[in-house]
Amino acid sequence: MIFYRSVAELARQAGEKNISDLVLAQQAAQLERPAEDIYREMAESFTVMKQSVSDGVAKDIRSASGLSGGNAWKMQRALEGGLTLCGPIFASALVKALAVSELNACMGRIVAAPTAGSCGILPAAVLSLMEARDIPEEKAVMSLFTAAGVGMVIANNASVSGAEGGCQAECGSASAMAAAALVEMCGGTPDMVCHSVAIALKNVLGLVCDPVAGLVEAPCVKRNASGVANAFTAAELALAGIESVIPVDEVILAMKRVGDAMPSSLKETAEGGLAATPTAAALRRKIFGA
Amino acid sequence: MNVFDIIGPVMIGPSSSHTAGAVRIGRIARALLSSEPVKARIGLYGSFAKTYKGHGTDKALVGGILGMEPDDIRIRESLALASKQGLDYSFEEAALENAHPNTALISLTGRDGETVSVQGASVGGGNIMISRINGLAVELTGQSVSLIVLHEDTPGIIATVTNFVAAQGINIGSLRLTRDQKGGLAVMTLEVDSPISPGLNAVMGQLPHVISSTVLNPQ
Repeated sequence: MIFYRSVAELARQAGEKNISDLVLAQQAAQLERPAEDIYREMAESFTVMKQSVSDGVAKDIRSASGLSGGNAWKMQRALEGGLTLCGPIFASALVKALAVSELNACMGRIVAAPTAGSCGILPAAVLSLMEARDIPEEKAVMSLFTAAGVGMVIANNASVSGAEGGCQAECGSASAMAAAALVEMCGGTPDMVCHSVAIALKNVLGLVCDPVAGLVEAPCVKRNASGVANAFTAAELALAGIESVIPVDEVILAMKRVGDAMPSSLKETAEGGLAATPTAAALRRKIFGA
Repeated sequence: MNVFDIIGPVMIGPSSSHTAGAVRIGRIARALLSSEPVKARIGLYGSFAKTYKGHGTDKALVGGILGMEPDDIRIRESLALASKQGLDYSFEEAALENAHPNTALISLTGRDGETVSVQGASVGGGNIMISRINGLAVELTGQSVSLIVLHEDTPGIIATVTNFVAAQGINIGSLRLTRDQKGGLAVMTLEVDSPISPGLNAVMGQLPHVISSTVLNPQ
């Protein structure tokens, strides 16, 4: 049995290899299935991710509440018009994060990564890098094993649920997983993966889960966009050789303690934060009639 | 935990607990009914009752009752499909006590008049916990092959059932037994590590003091 209790330990065991190779081999042993089988299942999820990006940029998608839809399309227009501030790869990542997250709000088919509310971040990071750098698809699929390895440690030692740990546990975990995938796809070392995860989580420590009207829409969709931005920031710093002062596993434990200390009004109950604003209250009345 | 618990499930949005988990509760209710459902009375409790429309929990539950998987794109149109297939469904707020905030109580009637009721909660990440079947307390996650054995509360019944399972070389992962009263009706739920064939289950149903046995495959 493999326990996934430390990201640093994953990096140490990977040694000269990628963390993804280690995680794939471990999962084959744990699930008692051939590695090719497990790779294939992950590749199928990757196909769903690609489809969710292309379905989500449609102009006319709208959620049942009316709160979501159409923003990925707007961002795509800006990208195509060359109107972006931070360059095409970054704008493309924002388009994809919005697309998948809006599709989720509109009852489309997505891959939870690690949750439905944070499902846009990992596919946006991996797919935008893959396209921009012509990286082979196999490498992109493999990077998802590194992301999942990181996610399992976070789930074991802290949480990936907004109800338990706030948004830091959902979009924060997703951006840490995405940072790890980006670093590995760019040829970074397992050590750099550790630093990228630490940096990504530190940047959003304390982020609250405050969904307007209790729905996975506002601010979730835009936090997916900022989550992929955070992943790129963390990966970029780590690839430049910048190190986190606090080691990754200690950051994860800090996230757990911050989540525990957070009042329940800021953990997915829609009783605090943005959910408690007058506009949110008016929207709730409009959507649910009470 | 494995990689597919973190990257996965593939599902219809927007919420793993309010949508994907709800589909799985609906599927379990359907799996426990031997004929096609014609009537579904669905009670919602807590957050399910408050937010079901915005999360599509109603469509998810009905989709599950129609046998759809959590990633079936038809979930979006499940209410219309239900009406077309002759499933009469209705929703109401359920008055439950001490239940998990995301609980549904589903009562189904089959074409042949058979009924079943299932109370289940969506406990996060698409995972569920079934807490009652036909009013009797159980504890099922729907992740393993499960046996639901209704029996008389009499000495030696646990040994009878477990010896039978052991003789087939089947390993038991969890076992729970509850009864309504001493010497009354009892229900044993076993989560096991290997498949149970319909034939084997039929023999189980014939064991002394056993009233019925139902196999629930992972949903």
